[in-house]
Amino acid sequence: MLEITGLCAGVDGKEILRGIDLSVGPGEVHAIMGPNGSGKSTLAGVLAGRPEFDVTSGAIQYQGQDLLEMEPEDRAREGVFLAFQYPVEIPGVNNAYLLKAALNEVRKHRGEQELDAMDFMTLVKKQLGVLQMNADLLNRPVNDGFSGGEKKRNEILQMAVLEPKLAILDETDSGLDIDALKIVSNGVNTLRSPERSTIIVTHYQRLLNYIVPDVVHVLLGGRIVKSGGKDLALELEAKGYSWISGAAAEVRV
Amino acid sequence: MTEASAAYDGYQADFERLQGGADAAGVPAAVISLRQDAMAHFSRLGFPTTRLEDWRFTNVAPIASRAYALGNPAEIDGAQAGRLLVPDLPGPRLVFVNGRFAPSLSSVGAVPAGVEVRSLGDTLAAGLEGVAPHLVSLAGVPEQPFSALNTAFLQDGALIKVAEGVVLDAPVQVLFVSTAQGEAVVTHPRVLVIAEANSQFGVIESYAGLRDAEYFTNAVTEIDAGAGSVVTHAKVLRESLQAYHVASLQARLDRSAVVTSTSVTLGGALVRNDVGAVLNGEGAECTLNGLYVAGRNQLIDNHTTIDHASPHCDSHELYKGILDGDGRAVFNGKIIVRLDAQKTDAKQSNKALLLSERAQVNTKPQLEILADDVKCTHGATVGQLDNDALFYLRARGLGLEHARRMLIDAFATDVLDRLGYAPLRTQLDRALLERLPAAADEVPA
Ligand SMILES: Nc1ncnc2c1ncn2[C@@H]1O[C@H](COP(=O)(O)OP(=O)(O)O)[C@@H](O)[C@H]1O
Ligand SMILES: [Mg+2]
Repeated sequence: MLEITGLCAGVDGKEILRGIDLSVGPGEVHAIMGPNGSGKSTLAGVLAGRPEFDVTSGAIQYQGQDLLEMEPEDRAREGVFLAFQYPVEIPGVNNAYLLKAALNEVRKHRGEQELDAMDFMTLVKKQLGVLQMNADLLNRPVNDGFSGGEKKRNEILQMAVLEPKLAILDETDSGLDIDALKIVSNGVNTLRSPERSTIIVTHYQRLLNYIVPDVVHVLLGGRIVKSGGKDLALELEAKGYSWISGAAAEVRV
Repeated sequence: MTEASAAYDGYQADFERLQGGADAAGVPAAVISLRQDAMAHFSRLGFPTTRLEDWRFTNVAPIASRAYALGNPAEIDGAQAGRLLVPDLPGPRLVFVNGRFAPSLSSVGAVPAGVEVRSLGDTLAAGLEGVAPHLVSLAGVPEQPFSALNTAFLQDGALIKVAEGVVLDAPVQVLFVSTAQGEAVVTHPRVLVIAEANSQFGVIESYAGLRDAEYFTNAVTEIDAGAGSVVTHAKVLRESLQAYHVASLQARLDRSAVVTSTSVTLGGALVRNDVGAVLNGEGAECTLNGLYVAGRNQLIDNHTTIDHASPHCDSHELYKGILDGDGRAVFNGKIIVRLDAQKTDAKQSNKALLLSERAQVNTKPQLEILADDVKCTHGATVGQLDNDALFYLRARGLGLEHARRMLIDAFATDVLDRLGYAPLRTQLDRALLERLPAAADEVPA
């Protein structure tokens, strides 16, 4: 599904990712954990094609294609979905309007018929139920004036409607109370399937109680310094990142 | 002989033909003398130069340096006019071609008693009785050269008069079409709106060129809003991208009158919209909105003046500009609060979206506040498309061009929302999209 090799990337000449190797198979859920500033969002951004990041070396293969050669919109149409850590507020653009436009872009790309307003609403209403989201949010401008939790749910709503093949959730759990966390996790778990892969970027282990990962990676200083099973997350929670920092220092020697 | 004097001589010669030729036969003496006075003012004032504060950023040399011939009546087919009118609005329609009333393209239909929607030319043929004292009372002929010139050539236009207490459900549409194609033609459109006490109605005033030609439209609109009247006015400017358009819209609001005027400027090489409102009675409320697109080789200048001459009046202004290429815009918003206009609440905002590094906007708020118990706020912002928002939309599968358009539309939407008529909004949404640059070359790096 996704094969990252030797990825180095930065912004304005500043190096942030320093050689990432990561392989995500179909149906797998990978968690990427790490302290603030370790490069998690940069990795997520590079995968989605955020223009300000420069890839200086390395390669990313996605479903046999060179992902780095693709425009952000083409990645999205091919099934890459980034749930933003900080969803952007867009005054003047109606939330439902954007969602419908996005869905129809994906459908067009897949050679499916575009949905009309009626069919679209039927589909969205169903997902609103799963996410226990207020339908009012659909008719508001995108993320504009949404609470933190509403923004995160809106990201998951988009994901649920767009049905991506590779979902990257960048700290979708931050700022969610436990009820919201369960609802969001439920939304993600509903989408789990043998063809769909998920990368969960998180700061805390908490989310991983609800979305159980196949592999956990620790990102530190722009490198994956440790990978393991789901127990690694628990170990990190108990011992803190400093435990790994020591290990990372050893790795670097 | 200088070029400018060629222009003056041209106007003078046309003026003499108008006043003394076959056209003048049967024109009431009052109209002849009204024109005569106006021509005297124009001759004295001359075209404005950039030395005048009000014209600092707008050089009218392209207009002043050549002689424009008076437009002639012409035929256009109904379908052409139909496309320029707003569909699905059943109200009366007055269509003018090259400044002259075109009865075959117009339809007034059944209007309630006390409502006049008709050609000003027909009215003037019978003298000034029907329109005095409103006509020319607001245009500022002694000070404004373009209004003086318009009045000197006063011949035709639209008259909309709504009697006390009458409410019109659908707005009156007034359309001025130019058929110019290469010849330098000038028209002097004129609109007179008289809203008697407690009447309520809308007017949509549109200007359009059929061909991509250079011509000059010199328009004057006067709105006299009686006590308690509610007038919703829209001005839609879709002139040719080579056309020059100078217009003055002047409104007077009596006690508790509510006037809203929203202008959407999508065409013209050089456009000057002067909008003035005098709040002449307590509790009057005036809203001026504007949306303009200034692309390559365009200069769009909006000058507004709101004169709070009475206490307890509100005014709101929201202007938004989309600038691209080497497009330029000027916004000058003057707010006067007279000594006894206590409890005035005036808000003004001008926002510009620059899609190119070469585009330029000059904004100036001008506050003259003489009363002490007032609320006045003004603000101006100049920004670019939000790159984070652009990426967000692309990350959801929207192509770059689609995403840009969506964001530009989002910028414009709150002004369009204020137009008041859904079919007009739909039409302008489409017209705006057509006007927006497909400028891949202007995408910020
Ligand atoms: N657009 C940017 N411009 C400059 N520095 C950036 C930018 N994005 C990220 N960084 C820097 O890169 C490092 C990693 O950031 P980030 O990937 O956001 O970390 P994380 O998501 O793990 O907290 C930080 O030091 C951050 O300041
Ligand atoms: Mg982050």
